Amino acid sequence: MNAPVTEERRKEYWRRTLRITAILLSIWFVVTYVVIWFAVPLNQFTFLGFPFAFYMGAQGSLIVYVALIVFYAWYMNRLDSEFGVSEEG
Amino acid sequence: MASNTGFINNLPKIYGMYTGGFVFFVVALAIAEQMGLPNAWIGYVFMAATIGLYAMIGIMSRTAETDEYYVAGRSVPALYNGMATGADWMSAASFIGMAGTLYAQGYDGLAFVMGWTGGYVLVALFLAPYLRKFGQYTIPDFLGVRYGGNLPRTIGIICAITASFTYVIAQIYGAGIITSRFLGIDLATGVWVGLVGVLVCSLLGGMRAVTWTQVAQYIILIIAYLVPVVWLSIKVTGNPVPQLAYGEVLQQIGQLEQQLGVTAGHATPFVKNDMVNFLALTFCLMVGTAALPHILMRFFTTPSVKEARKSVGWSLFFIFLLYFTAPAYAAFAKLEVYSNVIGQSIAALPGWVASWTQVGLVSVCDAVDAMTTVKGCAVNGNGDGILQLAELVLNADAIVLATPEIAGLPYVIAGLVAAGGLAAALSTADGLLLTISNALSHDVYYKMVNPNASAKKRLTIARILLLGVAAIAAYAASNAPATILSIVAWAFSIAAAAFFPALVLGIFWKRANKAGAVAGMLVGFGLTLYYLINVKFLGMTPWFGIKDVSAGIFGIPLGFITIWAVSLMTQEPSQETKDMVEDLRYPKLAKG
Repeated sequence: MNAPVTEERRKEYWRRTLRITAILLSIWFVVTYVVIWFAVPLNQFTFLGFPFAFYMGAQGSLIVYVALIVFYAWYMNRLDSEFGVSEEG
Repeated sequence: MASNTGFINNLPKIYGMYTGGFVFFVVALAIAEQMGLPNAWIGYVFMAATIGLYAMIGIMSRTAETDEYYVAGRSVPALYNGMATGADWMSAASFIGMAGTLYAQGYDGLAFVMGWTGGYVLVALFLAPYLRKFGQYTIPDFLGVRYGGNLPRTIGIICAITASFTYVIAQIYGAGIITSRFLGIDLATGVWVGLVGVLVCSLLGGMRAVTWTQVAQYIILIIAYLVPVVWLSIKVTGNPVPQLAYGEVLQQIGQLEQQLGVTAGHATPFVKNDMVNFLALTFCLMVGTAALPHILMRFFTTPSVKEARKSVGWSLFFIFLLYFTAPAYAAFAKLEVYSNVIGQSIAALPGWVASWTQVGLVSVCDAVDAMTTVKGCAVNGNGDGILQLAELVLNADAIVLATPEIAGLPYVIAGLVAAGGLAAALSTADGLLLTISNALSHDVYYKMVNPNASAKKRLTIARILLLGVAAIAAYAASNAPATILSIVAWAFSIAAAAFFPALVLGIFWKRANKAGAVAGMLVGFGLTLYYLINVKFLGMTPWFGIKDVSAGIFGIPLGFITIWAVSLMTQEPSQETKDMVEDLRYPKLAKG
């Protein structure tokens, strides 16, 4: 069974949840909107045979999205255990 | 429930055997085709076998328990919920239309690819784990409990039904097109045949049957999508991974474009869509993805918050498999058209051009009076007997459907692609119909009209409503007014503006209250609808040049601002509500 979680620990847990959410959201923002914004110059570079901006829109950004979600799940599960709020505690 | 646990543990075995059986079935049909089975029969067998299969799963997972009917007993493991969400998500439009859009628009079509995948990051970070912790049955449920009272719930119901209903009509219409083409019946009849496929599942077993059918449908649709393009990739480049191989194909397309005098190439950004509209569309599709109730409610079905988080990852992975293949489809098709169709003499065109001309998806407009004599031509040709680029009209739907023939594959693969498209349309229709009928039976009837109704009575009402909604949707689809199909993309902007701010602030901002949420949802929903209708039908000048499909770009921020401002001007929510929000944020809190 979980030990009761103190008010302070709870606040810390939520603060860290918000921090990881903000970090991952910024990465999401960069690989989507910043890449679109600079699509014309980025297309001058070739990556795996693709113009770079095209590659990002067709594959690169998508791979980053999957990675972000997987990382979030992994990080949050670890955070749950660390703070004693895991469902399997 | 011992039998249920046994079933869950056996899932890898069950779906493994199922996949093997399906591959065996396709191979057997391929052999039968070589031995002389007529094409029409292949079409019949595919339709009958797959619809029969879905019906069987529906019958086997029929249920009379509320939890099973609404949320599949909250026992769906992350991986399988991922596949079910994938099938729920990928509609007839994704399966058949996406590659065609990319063919026609090149880079500019990628707004759909990014928008419809990037939205899952928002689902993962802002919604799925918290909604699962909340643990009720529907999205209006959340609004009703979080903000208190029937008004937020009612607005939620109206928005959920508006967004889902426009969407479901397009799915039933899509299922109708496919069945009519492969069974040789007219469209209206095809729509009703497709409807039967949808109903046997959802009617008997609710969410539980829909979930296990959607997993089966995902497997069929992904096999059907990958087989032709892998084959084509091997044929053209010798590389069996089309997603890696088409970089080279893009370069060849670039060279051919120069020879043909195409100034804005396939990979050039912002030709068909300027940058502002591209950004706005991507944003609206993403936020809309994170607000469509039929997707969000799938995350009520996992056993825990932990599984809900994992499940979003699996969902996006399974969706990604199809979406990162679509641009490859488009590139291979374009290479084929540019190198073997354009510049050929009309008499020497490849066979697939003729067969799809008959269906009406391809038009060859070389004749000098093509506009009047050839169906689908918007220009007159020069009549020189050679096909120029401007003289070829290719319907967006033709790309995926014609690829088996472009690659020179046997007819059985065309049947497979049709079965895949049907799976995509039926699985999405199932999820949407269930959302609508649950909103009516659970949120309207049980929560507002008759809170004392027994579980049995509630499920009976749910089934009757499902039947009614399905019949109305099929009636609308069989009369398919073109405008209905063109407004499907609206569902995203509507859902995004109406739901997203109220859901996210409900979780992340304790101070958000009922007045704020009601005002915010009404303003977001109202402004989006106002903009859509005025720009599309009443000729209003678009604000900042934003097209109607991206209407949410105004409604979403305004929704957030309204909730914030009105909440601060009115009374704080009760301590009880604040405690409930606090509780949402931790998967499990020991009392102390």
